[in-house]
Amino acid sequence: MKILTGNDLKTGAVTWWNGNGWSLFVDDAADAGEDAEAIIAREEAARRVNAPYAIDAERTEKGVRPAHIKDRIRGLGPTVRPDLTLKPEDPQAVREVI
Amino acid sequence: MYQYDQYDQAMVDARVEEFRDQCQRRIEGKLTEDQFKPLRLMNGLYLQLHAYMLRVAIPYGTLSGRQMRALAGIADKFDRKYGHFTTRQNIQYNWIKLEDAGDILADLAKVEMHAIQTSGNCIRNISSDHFAGAAADEVADPRPYAELLRQWSSFHPEFSYLPRKFKFAVIASETDRAAMRLHDIGIQILKNDAGELGAAFYVGGGMGRTPMIAPCIRQFVPLDQLITYSEACLRVYNRYGRRDNKYKARIKILVHELGAEEYTRQVEAEFAHLLEQGIEPPLAELARIRTYFEDPAFDVGAADEIDRSDPDFAVWVDRNTHPHKQAGYVSAVISLKPVGGIPGDATADQMRLMAELAEDYSFDECRVIHTQNIVLPHVRKADLFAVWQKLEAAGLGTPNLDQVGDIIACPGLDYCSLANARSIPVAQRISERFAANGKGDTLGELKLKISGCINACGHHHAGHIGILGVDKKGVENYQLLLGGSEAEDTSLGKITGPGFSEEGIVDAVETAADVYLAQRQDGERFLDTYRRIGMEPFKEALYG
Amino acid sequence: MAEPLRFRDDAAASDPAVTVDAFVEQTNALAVRIEPGDDARKLLPFLDRLRLVEVNFPAFGDGRGYSAARILRETGYTGELRAVGDVLVDQLAYLKRCGFDAFDPDQPLDAGDVETALGRFPEVYQPTTDGRPPIWNIRHGKSHG
Repeated sequence: MKILTGNDLKTGAVTWWNGNGWSLFVDDAADAGEDAEAIIAREEAARRVNAPYAIDAERTEKGVRPAHIKDRIRGLGPTVRPDLTLKPEDPQAVREVI
Repeated sequence: MYQYDQYDQAMVDARVEEFRDQCQRRIEGKLTEDQFKPLRLMNGLYLQLHAYMLRVAIPYGTLSGRQMRALAGIADKFDRKYGHFTTRQNIQYNWIKLEDAGDILADLAKVEMHAIQTSGNCIRNISSDHFAGAAADEVADPRPYAELLRQWSSFHPEFSYLPRKFKFAVIASETDRAAMRLHDIGIQILKNDAGELGAAFYVGGGMGRTPMIAPCIRQFVPLDQLITYSEACLRVYNRYGRRDNKYKARIKILVHELGAEEYTRQVEAEFAHLLEQGIEPPLAELARIRTYFEDPAFDVGAADEIDRSDPDFAVWVDRNTHPHKQAGYVSAVISLKPVGGIPGDATADQMRLMAELAEDYSFDECRVIHTQNIVLPHVRKADLFAVWQKLEAAGLGTPNLDQVGDIIACPGLDYCSLANARSIPVAQRISERFAANGKGDTLGELKLKISGCINACGHHHAGHIGILGVDKKGVENYQLLLGGSEAEDTSLGKITGPGFSEEGIVDAVETAADVYLAQRQDGERFLDTYRRIGMEPFKEALYG
Repeated sequence: MAEPLRFRDDAAASDPAVTVDAFVEQTNALAVRIEPGDDARKLLPFLDRLRLVEVNFPAFGDGRGYSAARILRETGYTGELRAVGDVLVDQLAYLKRCGFDAFDPDQPLDAGDVETALGRFPEVYQPTTDGRPPIWNIRHGKSHG
C-alpha cells in the first residue's frame, strides 16, 4: 500500500494520513493509492502537514509496517530511548521496527 | 570569558524578534516551507526524524555556569529533559515545537546565547581548542581570535548564501585538539621568527563524502589582517565554489579542483584589493576582546599534589585530567560516555550539576569538547577529589577520556533524517563489550568514531577506528575504517573491506583491537601500531 | 508590473539590460544584467558609462550576486544596482548592505514587511561600502565605516 507521512507544522510531530486527517499513529495510516500526490499538494497548501511524502508500506496483523526502517523508526520513536517512543510499555516494539 | 556589551545584546535581541516574526509568517502561510527552510536553518531549527530539532551555538565551546543552567532550563521547559552535545561543540534539542522557537531564543538571549550560525550555508559557529587558556603548550589563548571571527561572521551580508556551510576552527598550539586541518578554514595562531603573533591559514579541509586534509595556503597573516584575509578566502569561494552539485559545493572541492596554488593566487589578488577597502577591525578591538580572556585569579599557592589513595579516583585522574599551565591546577574532563550510554547526551539535572561544579571549582567556566564531553578547565588539584565524588554520584565520572569507550557517535538513524543507519546502538554495544571483557582498560588511547551516513558528523574518517553506517537494501550495514587521526598528525582512515552487520561490527572492532594487542611494541598506541604494520594483518584477522 | 523598489533619487533607468558578454562587445549599451556565473570585474573598464546594473537571482539561495555587487561598489560604481529575480524580503537587508539600491523581484514586496526588515538590526558587525560604521568602530570611538 501507499501511505502518506509528514510532520505537523506547529509541533513537528510525525503524522500519518488516515483518510480524513493526520494521525500520530502509523497504524491509522490509510492507503492513499492513486491520490497520493493530490492529497499531498492539498494538505501541504492548507498547512495541515509539513514536508509530506508518500512511502510504501504493508498492512500486517500487527498494524501498518512501512517498507523502510527509517519510516518505521519515525513511526515509533528513537530505538535508543524506548521511554520516549509511542510504545514505552512495550519492550518488543523497538526490536520490531529494526 | 567573553561578555556581551549593549551592541552584541541588541543584535541578538533583534534576531529573536526577526525569527519570531518569520515563524509567525510560516504558521500563517505567508512563507512556504521552501522559503522558510533557509531562514529557520540560519536559526538552528531543523526538521528531523521525529520533530523539529534546535541546535544552539556555543561559541568556541565556552560556557558559564549560568549559561549551562539556562541550557538545562530549556531542556526542562521545551524539550524532554535532556540535550545532546555535538561534535561542533554545540548542543541540540530533539523535540522542539515551531511555536516555541521564538520563546526559546528569547530565553537564550537572556544569557547571551543564540542559535545563529548553527545551520544553513553560512559561516558556522567557530570552534576552538577546549583547553584554550589552560593548556601549557599554547602560544596564546586562541579564543579572542575566534570571538573576533564570530562577530565578523555574524549576519555577514555577503556570505550568508554560500555554496555550502562553512566551518572555521582556531587553535594556538602545535598540538591540535580541534581537528583544525579538517575544517573549511583552520587557523593556527603562532609566532613568527620575530616573535610576533600571527595566523597560519589552512584552507579546504573537511570530512563528508570527499574527505580532505587542508593545505596551508599562508604561513603567516599578521593579526591586523586576519579578517581581511578571511574575507578574501570567503569571497573567492562564494564566487567560484560549485553550486551545481551539493556534494561538490564545499570549499575543499574548489581548492582541490583549482589546486591549492591557484586558489591561493586568487585569494592573494582579492586580499590585495580588500586591503584597500579598510575592512579590518581596529587592533584596539582585539585588545578589548582579549581582556575578557585574561587568566582568572589562580591560587598561586595551590598544592601541587593529589591524594591518590582511592584507586578509582586515581584511575580517573590519570585518564580524565589534562596538565594546566598553572601549578596546582588541572583541566578535568567530564565524560558523557558512560558504559552503554548515549554519547553526548546529558540530562537537565546533569547539566545543572556541571554548572554548579563550574561555578564552585572552575572559575565559572566549562567547555564542550568536540568529542562530546565537557571540560572544567581550571580545577585546583586539591579540589579534584570532591569534584570526582560529585561526578561519580551523578553518573558522570566514567574514566575513559580518549579510550575505546569514549566514542564519538552522531545521532544517526535514531534521530537524524539524513542518516542511513543507527550510530548510537553500535556505540553502546561496543562500550559494553569492552567494559565486560576487560580489554578496554588495556588498550590505552584508541579514538573510535561512528557516523550514520557519509556526511561524517561522527568524524569516522578521523578515528583511529572509524565506523560508517550505510543502507544496504534497507538493512543497516557498517563499514570499518582504520588509521584516521584528527590531531596534528592528521590522516584519513582507510576502509578495511566489506561491511558488517550490527552485531558483526562489534566483533570486528574487537578483532582489530586484538590484532593491536598482539602486535604492539613498547608504548605504541593503536594508531602507531597500525601505521607501522599497515592494513594487512588487520584484514587477515577480519576476513581471513 | 509593480514599480521597482528604489533607494535613489534619480529617475529609474529604463534601458534594456544586455548580458555581460554582449555588453563588453557592444560599447553603446547603458545597462547590463549579471547572471550568477558572470565575472563582475569584466565591467570595470566601463563603469563610467553604466547607468544600470541588474543582478539576477534565479534562486535566492545562490549568493554569488552579493559578491558581484560589493565588487562593483568597491571599485567605484555609483549607478543603479538592481536585484532582480527570486528576491525575498528576508534577504533585503543583506542585499542593501552589499550595495544594491533597487529591487525588482519576481514576487512583489509588501511595503510594511520591507520597512520592518530594513529597520530590524540596530547596528552592523562588518563594514561594507554602505557607509554604516561597524560595531567594532563605534566601540572605539570611530563613527564611520
